[in-house]
Parts: sequence; structure tokens; C-alpha cells
Amino acid sequence: MNYQWDFGIIWSSMPVFGRGIVVTIELTLICLVLGLILGMLLSLAQMSRVRALQVAGRSFVEFFRNIPALIQLIWFFYAFPILIGAQLSPFTAAVLGITLNTGAYCAEIYRSGIQSIARGQWEGARAIGMSDKAIFRRIILPQVFDRMLPAFTNRAVEVAKITSLASVLSVHDLMYQGRLLSATYYRPLEILTAVGILYLCIIYPLSFASMMAERHLARKR
Amino acid sequence: MKNHILKVEGLTKSFGTNQVLKGIDLDIAPGERIAIIGGSGSGKSTFLRCLNFMETLTTGAIYLDGTRIGRVVGKDGDKESVVYSPRTLCDVRKRVGMVFQQFNLFPHMSVLQNVMEGLVTVLGKSKGEARQIAEAELTKVALHEKLDAFPSQLSGGQQQRVAIARAIAMSPEILLFDEPTSSLDPELVGEVLRTINTLGEEGRTMLLVTHELGFAYRFATRVLFLYDGKIHEQGTAEEIFKNPQSERTRAFIARSSEFSL
Ligand SMILES: Nc1ncnc2c1ncn2[C@@H]1O[C@H](COP(=O)(O)OP(=O)(O)O)[C@@H](O)[C@H]1O
Ligand SMILES: [Mg+2]
Repeated sequence: MNYQWDFGIIWSSMPVFGRGIVVTIELTLICLVLGLILGMLLSLAQMSRVRALQVAGRSFVEFFRNIPALIQLIWFFYAFPILIGAQLSPFTAAVLGITLNTGAYCAEIYRSGIQSIARGQWEGARAIGMSDKAIFRRIILPQVFDRMLPAFTNRAVEVAKITSLASVLSVHDLMYQGRLLSATYYRPLEILTAVGILYLCIIYPLSFASMMAERHLARKR
Repeated sequence: MKNHILKVEGLTKSFGTNQVLKGIDLDIAPGERIAIIGGSGSGKSTFLRCLNFMETLTTGAIYLDGTRIGRVVGKDGDKESVVYSPRTLCDVRKRVGMVFQQFNLFPHMSVLQNVMEGLVTVLGKSKGEARQIAEAELTKVALHEKLDAFPSQLSGGQQQRVAIARAIAMSPEILLFDEPTSSLDPELVGEVLRTINTLGEEGRTMLLVTHELGFAYRFATRVLFLYDGKIHEQGTAEEIFKNPQSERTRAFIARSSEFSL
């Protein structure tokens, strides 16, 4: 093999990569935070006493978990605007698609977490006269968060990966910049390898945190 | 005002079509210590859980200090429809404490926090005051050295004593115990029974479901034998254990005594 490596191109492209990294991290954080909130609401809906809310919550979750994320993104960019009669920016469409997808997964994490808290916890708290609201906030949720920490950090890893799909809507994230640079300089080997390594640098700390969370939990048991 | 603190009238409870309690009437005077005995599945837990509305009554009424709990909103033949607001239920549970077989402590809170929780979130006491009360109650159950421990670091007997401290910290007028020693290793049963006995000596009104007939005999001022969803026989400990009137009661006690009297 006599391929002439040109690492110089990577160094000189660093500012462009940097801009992409910022967008990727932004997208990850925004979608993760919104997804966590949405997931909480969805899981509450599924556990509510109102039948219509249960069905709506359940349908939403099944819908968004069982359609590929890429299709959700493209749908929000190309199809949704026809419905609402206004164009969405690529970034907004990506946030919408990824958030709804993340919310559906988080709803499942909350739901299984809340249901895994034994009935005895509700009863122990009710027996001292606590209201359902107080029980949920003071007794159930803290234990759910404890138990669900590994699942949530795993989800964060997934979200960071999924954001790379936003590049197909030409959101200027790390993947988009990488593809643009490699097309401009005809250096896909160096540039796409660098892109992969940069993703690794963003995502590995999350994976590591997830591993630590699991260990922390195992020790607490 | 009559001199009963809790009155149960025509209580029935069904789960679907399975009628578990078939009409129970009971007056409880302040300071009574009532032991409830009976075979497994006879409805002892269900009865106890109706008293603090962990289960809703199918029919019948419960009066606390002469006041009926719940609001009767209509009548359908013989069956009243009664509304129990969440507020009412919380109020009742403040006044009628319960200790469970499985302790049901909060695992994410220290021993002290477990006992303080109700004082702060339910009774609205300041942290400082709650802490003082909680420490005093934990001293009473001999756990003042474990204030900062977590439930998982305690033995079953210690956990049950924390649960007892958590219940009495709310100053309930009545205490319900549902087989408080049944999930404990035999060598830990004694310490919990001693704690319960001390509470009895303080003159507290208590109902205790138990299989420890020996303890029931020494502890109770009245014994109820539950059979087939009814109070089959009741009387003083002496009457029930030494001279039961019903053949069924006699048989139950004879059978159980092989293990525990
Ligand atoms: N939540 C419930 N749903 C349906 N059936 C129940 C429930 N709780 C108790 N039962 C039934 O009620 C009967 C009495 O149970 P229980 O009060 O626990 O008896 P005990 O405490 O005397 O052993 C049993 O047949 C049990 O299956
Ligand atoms: Mg029982």
C-alpha cells in the first residue's frame, strides 16, 4: 500500500471540526434535557387514571420507538412543514425528531423504574399520612433516579450518536462538517477517521460515566 | 361522646366477587390492646388495612372518636355510597398508625430521616423539632446509635424497630401491627416483641395481628379469633386461650400451640 497520508489537512481543518463539535454537543444536550422532561410527562400520562391519557401516552411511545430515527428527522423537515404551513430550520426539525424519539425511550425508563419501586414503599408512606403527591416527590422519584441513572447515561450515549443523523438535514454538526471537508479536499480517509475519533472523544466520557453509575449502584445494594 | 375511640360497624370487604370480610362489628376503648388471631387467609390483614383505609370498605362504617369517616353521598338500596377524600384519608392515617410485616422503610433515607419524614412533610414541623422528636423515639426503641445508618445496614429486628419509631413519632391515637415479627429470623423476634410490649405498657391503644400466641396471651387485653371473614369468638386472653367456647377456636389454638404457646 502506498497511500500518501496527509495529516496536515486535519490540523488545518480543526476550526471547522470545532464548530461542528459545538453543534453536536448543543444538539445532544438540548434533545437530552427536553427528552427527559417529555419522557417524564409521557410516563405520567401512561400511569394516570384517565384512560384517554394512558392510551395517548402508550401510543406515542410505541410510535416513536418503532420508527427509525432517520425517518423521524426527515419527516419533520420535509413533511411536517406541509402540515403546519411553515418551514422549520434544519436545527429545529432535528431537535423535534430527536427529542420525540428520546422522550419515548425515557418514558419507558421512568415507567419501568417507577413500577420497580415496590408497592410497600407507597404503603409505608401512606401509612404515615403522606399525600400521593408528596410520596411521588419524596419517596418514589429519588429512588427512580438512583436506579435509573445507568439507563439514563446509556440514553445520553445513544442521543449523542443519533445527532449525527441531523447532518442529512444539513445541520452543521460534526458529521456534516466531516462530509463537507472530505468532499472538498478528496481526503475521506484522514478526515472521516478523524471524525470517528472525535465522536469517540465526545461519547466515551458518557459511556464511562454510565459504567461508573452502574458500579456505584452495585455497591449501594 | 361514647368512650370508644374506634368503632367498626357492619364492615364487609370484597375483592371482585370474593367476599373476604363478611360483617364485622367492633368497639375499641382507649388503652385496649387487641390481638387478632386466625388462620392464614382468614382476612386478618384485610381487616387491619380497612381500619386505616389502605383498603376501601365495600360496605359498613368506621368511626374515629365518634365521627364517621367519609361522606355519605347517596344510598342504593342497602348500600351507601361513601366518598373518601384524599385529605380525609391522610388525616385518618395520621391518627391510626401502621407497622407492616415487611417494614417498608425508605431505603434512600437514613434511619433518622425515615422517622423525620412524616413529621416534616405531613405534620409540618421544622427540621429541628422533627429531629428532636425522631431522636427521642429512636432512643425509645434503643436505636439512638444508628441514626445515620441506612436501612440496608440494619438487621431485620432493627429495621422493624425503626418502622415502629416512624409510626409512633406521628403520635397516632391507635397503632396497627400486621404480623410485625413474621419476616424476622427467630432470634430477632424477641427484641421487637419487647418493644411492642413497652408501647403497651405506656397505655397505647393497639391492634396486633400475630401468630405469636404466647405473646398475644401475655400482651392482649382482648383477643379476637377471626374465621371466614367474621369475628368467630372474642374475649380476654384467659377466656380465648384457656377456655374457648367454640370448637373451632379450640382447634385453632391447639394446632398453633404446638409451635408457639
Ligand atoms: N389486594 C387483594 N386482591 C385480591 N384478593 C385479596 C387481596 N388482598 C387479600 N386478598 C384475599 O383476601 C383473603 C384474605 O387475605 P388476608 O387478609 O391477607 O388474610 P390473612 O392476613 O388472614 O392471612 C385471601 O383469600 C386473599 O387472597
Ligand atoms: Mg396477613
